[in-house]
Formats: sequence, structure tokens, C-alpha cells
Amino acid sequence: MTSADLITSAPSREPTRHSLTTRFVIYGLLLIFAFIYLIPLVVMVMTSLKPLDEVTGGNMFALPRHPTFAAWVKAWGEARIGVSDTLGINGYFINSIKMVVPAVLISTLLGALNGYVLTKWRFPGHKLVFGMMLFACFIPFQSVIIPMAVILGMLGNIGNQLTDLTGYSFGFGNPTVNLVIVHVIYGLGFTTLFFRNYYEAFPTELIKAAQIDGAGFFQIFRRILLPNSTPIFIVTVIYQFTNIWNDFLFGSTFAAGDQSPMTVALNNLVNTSTGIVEYNVNMAAAIIAAAPTLFVYIVGGRYFVRGLMAGAVKG
Amino acid sequence: MAFLEINQLRKRFGSLEILKGIDLTLDKGGFLVLVGPSGCGKSTLLNTIAGLESISAGEIRIDGQPINDLHPSKRDIAMVFQSYALYPNMSVAQNMAFGMEMRGVPKAERDKAVAEVAKTLQIEHLMQRRPSQLSGGQRQRVAMGRALVRQPRVFLFDEPLSNLDAKLRVDMRIEIKRLHQRTGATIVYVTHDQIEAMTLATRIAVLKDGELQQVGSPYEVYNTPANLFVADFMGSPSMNLLEGKVARNGGAPQITFQRTNHPPLFVAAPPSADISRLADGATVIFGIRPEAVNDPESMDKNARSIATFDANVDIVEPAGSDTFVVTSIAGKEVTARMRADADVRVGRNHVFAFNLDRAVLFDPASTRRI
Repeated sequence: MTSADLITSAPSREPTRHSLTTRFVIYGLLLIFAFIYLIPLVVMVMTSLKPLDEVTGGNMFALPRHPTFAAWVKAWGEARIGVSDTLGINGYFINSIKMVVPAVLISTLLGALNGYVLTKWRFPGHKLVFGMMLFACFIPFQSVIIPMAVILGMLGNIGNQLTDLTGYSFGFGNPTVNLVIVHVIYGLGFTTLFFRNYYEAFPTELIKAAQIDGAGFFQIFRRILLPNSTPIFIVTVIYQFTNIWNDFLFGSTFAAGDQSPMTVALNNLVNTSTGIVEYNVNMAAAIIAAAPTLFVYIVGGRYFVRGLMAGAVKG
Repeated sequence: MAFLEINQLRKRFGSLEILKGIDLTLDKGGFLVLVGPSGCGKSTLLNTIAGLESISAGEIRIDGQPINDLHPSKRDIAMVFQSYALYPNMSVAQNMAFGMEMRGVPKAERDKAVAEVAKTLQIEHLMQRRPSQLSGGQRQRVAMGRALVRQPRVFLFDEPLSNLDAKLRVDMRIEIKRLHQRTGATIVYVTHDQIEAMTLATRIAVLKDGELQQVGSPYEVYNTPANLFVADFMGSPSMNLLEGKVARNGGAPQITFQRTNHPPLFVAAPPSADISRLADGATVIFGIRPEAVNDPESMDKNARSIATFDANVDIVEPAGSDTFVVTSIAGKEVTARMRADADVRVGRNHVFAFNLDRAVLFDPASTRRI
């Protein structure tokens, strides 16, 4: 189309009618998809608020006639989880928090540091190192389980020896610590990728200016780079938090019994083969298990898109 | 002994040599401008002085002390970057104080120094703002303030004005010149803009492909360019360069130009060139600045040697203060810089005059000035 065509084929009335139809279609589709996505959540919330006889006797989509939080209370503190003597999911919830918070913070900070070195303090072979870290993102979980178990076993032995020597294991061999180590190692590829791409676009002249101003390696990192990394920091935290919190495979492999994280406990609760299936309790437990990731998304979500965009295109 | 000395400086990236043995000196309080086309190595040279890039061979001294192996922060230099490189997370005041903070200067002293410089640069009202809340010119001032506040031995400017619009660029140029005159700072300044180079420098170094072409005062570089590259690069519009031949018709050495619709033009050899060793018929490049080409009546009254000729006017460019008239001799364009009210019309014949006192000759083979 030539420029002349563009000018002549743009009468003032045509676009408004056109855009109104487009709008109608767009919002219509959005509403349909929102509905499809929301239905399971609505059913979960409603079921969790019903007493058991309403669940077993009634319609899945019916509103609760006698809303009660009894199922929530039971899921949190009274339900039997698998064969464990501990009642309720609260202990496992705490386990997950104790695992997720250090794992997310350590892997994010190390990723930032890696990204900083790989973009601003390049060394011979930096491309190879980054390539190998990228490769780590594509290694399937299952393939590292056995080598990981061997390494964790060695760490456990070190812990035992330390206990013999000093009376304190320094955390070696503890299942939660093990899971933190596993998740930090596994997450490092991703966090490095995020931060490297973000810092690649970060003006190198700022680093040079800081060098001339007399700032050292860590001073530049702490005073110049980190304060300007909020968007990518939040992206990485959301990503890591969701992944680690939702992880089931590592949790079920490297932690057992009372030390299990939330996801494993939820599975044990839901898959209990004795007695009747208490759907309302299961639903309540599932919502509790999903709540932290939901919370992180709501708090950091508006940075999420912005951060992804910033890493991709911004200078 | 000069304040800043650069001896046989070389910089290689693998097999590629970016700087090929640079020798430069600058006295205390001098203003050295490194100028050249993009890719000539001028920014690399500045970065090696700053210590942001290592050198492959040679030596850099400040005040007699070799600084090659010192960390940038230990060289007692300050740099103003092309992008200003202000820390986006800090206020203007924090930006300016950062260097002193890193050096452990007490807070009271820092505040005092920052306040003083802010006053000199008239940015006191901006001190609490973030860089993103400043205009281009304000950022430029803050970047200079950050350099000034530490009172370093040498200031390095890396194309500091290239991100500003034309008017602001002229204002800031004057500002930098004033700053230099008032503080007596030693400055090394990189630019690709030859007007900036001419107006600011006490000493100009012209670079091309990692080699120094000429070092000298702006007057020397402009009026007696060392070779064809410098002649062509410095000055706007650039120097007229015409191919001619040496001719000695009965004694006085002359240069002759072949013309298509006119008889050959003979002009006396410029007094600046010694052509006694050149044979008759030897080819030379005759260089003359546009301001040395004019009407015969508005010629410099002190000119000793003048040659007149008539030629067809191709283009008239009124620039307000002057009028640039383009004609051609020997197939080459010749630009004349005339009075704004000169009566010249396109397509008409006009009588022009060369002020030969200002003309130079170059050897076409070596490109050097004769």
C-alpha cells in the first residue's frame, strides 16, 4: 500500500465501527476464558466451605447452604497426614517456608552476582561458563536425582562427623537444608540467565564511572547494580518462589515424614486410602498450599511483566 | 617536563592494533582535544589514560609518575562520559559525593565540597533530584560537577556534548571553556566534532586509524595541516583541494590547473611551500580554505600574493553571516566564503580570487604537506 492509499482510505467513520466490533470480540473472549479459568477455583472455595454431608449429597456447583470453616480448621490442625502422627498440614507449611525463603534468597543473590560477573567483569571463557549454566536450565529433574542423592549422602556423613567432633552438625544432613541446597543449585541456571540478560543491557559506563570513583567489586554490586535491579529481582523471586514451593519430586525424594514440604503433605492427605474421602478438607488444604504463590503474584505481579519486558528490550 | 606524558603507547586487541605508538604531551592547565573520525582510536586512548583499558606497550605519566599499572581510582583523574553515567538510584548530591564517599572523606567535608561546586555550576536547586528528573543540559552539568568536586589532576571528557541538541551544545561548549579558564584544570577531551576541537583546545591531536596525524595548536592544525587527511578533516566547509602541476614559465614557479571550458589557470606557487626540488610537470595537490577564496575587491588587503580567475557559479548557499559559493575548477568543487551581501547568481560567470598566502601544497603520493 502506498502512502497515498493510506491517506485516502482512512475516512473518519470507518475505524470507530470497526474498533467497536473488535473490542466486543476481544472482551467477549476474555470473559469466556476468565470464566473457564475461574470455575475450578470457585468450586474449590465453595466445596471447602461446605460440611461433608453437603459435599457428598449435593451438587458440585451448588452454593453452600451452611457455610463453615470447619474443613479449613481440620486441614490446618487436625487432619491425619499419611501415616504420620503429626496432625494437620501446619507443620509442613512451616517446613516449606523454612525451605523456600532461604532457597529463593540465596539462589537469587547468587544469580545476580553471576549475572554481574558475566556481563561486567568478563573473563576468558565467560561465554562457555554461561553456556553451561544455560544448559543447566534444560536438564530434567529426574536425571539428577541419583547423583544428587549420592552428594547429599556425603554431606550427611560430613554432618555426622561434625556432630561427633563438635556436638553440632551445622545443618549438614538436615532434610530442609538438603532441599535448600538442591533448589539453589537447580535454580542457579535460571536466576543467572535472568540477571545476565538484565545486566547485559545495563550501561557499562555506570560501572566505569563507579570504578573511577573508587568503588570496589562488591561496592559497585551493592551500591550501583542492586538498587537498579528491582524489576528483575522481583521476576526472579516470583519465578523461584513458585518453582520451589510447587516442587514435589525433590521434596518427596530427599525429605521424609515430618520433614516433608507442603506439596508432599498435600499428596499424603489427599491420597489417604483409609476411610471416606473428605473433599472439603482436601480442597481447603489445597487452597492453603496454593495461597503463598498466589500472594507473591499479587504483591509482585505488576513488576513481573514490567521486569520481563525490561530484561528483553530496554536499554 | 610535561604534566601528562604518553610515550609510544600501543593497544592491541588480539592481532588488531588499535593504537599504533602514540606520543603525546600536555602541560599543566592545558586543554588537549583528541579528534578524529569514528573508529580512529581516540576513545580507546582516553580509556587507557583513565585506566579503564589496559595498554599493550608504552607508558603514561602524570606529573612524572608512571600510572600505567594503577587502578583507575588511584590515578587521581575524573571522567565525564558521553552518556553522563549518573547513578540513577542516587540524588544529584549523592552522585556528586559518591567518589569522596568511596575514598572515606568525612561527611561534613563532602557536603561542603559538593555545595561549592553546585554553586559554581548553578545546580543548587537540583541537588535533591534524581537524574531521571533532569533535562539533558542539567545532567551534563551534574556530570561535570561530579568530576569537579574531587579536584583531580586530570579531567577526561568523552564526547560529552554529543547527546545534546545543537543550541545547548554551543552553550555548554562555552560553559566548558569558561570552566577551564577559571579553574585552570588540565583536560583531555575527545570529540569527533572539529568545531568543538577548534574552539576548546589549546592543543589538538588529530588521529586516524590509531596513528597521530598532527599535534599542534588549533591555529597550526587549521592553517598548516600536516597532510591531506588533516586538511580535509578540520574546517567546515572543508579545505578546497585541487590537483595541479608545477610549471616554471621563465623563472617564477607556478602551479597550473587544466580547465575544461577555459584556458589553463596559472597561479604563483604559495609562499608556504618550497617547490624548488620539484620538477616541471610534477603533480601537486593545491589546498586553500574557503575563506581564502573571495571576490577580488573583498580580498584581504594585506595579502601579498593573489591570483584571480573567472568561473561559473554552480550553487549559492546563504548561511546568514556568510554566503558560500560553489564553483568548479579542474573538475573539482571549489567553495568560496563570501560576504552575506555578495552579488553572486547561479549560472553567471564571476571573478574569484585566491589569497595565495593562505594556500598550501601537498604531495599526492605521500599526502604530506610540501
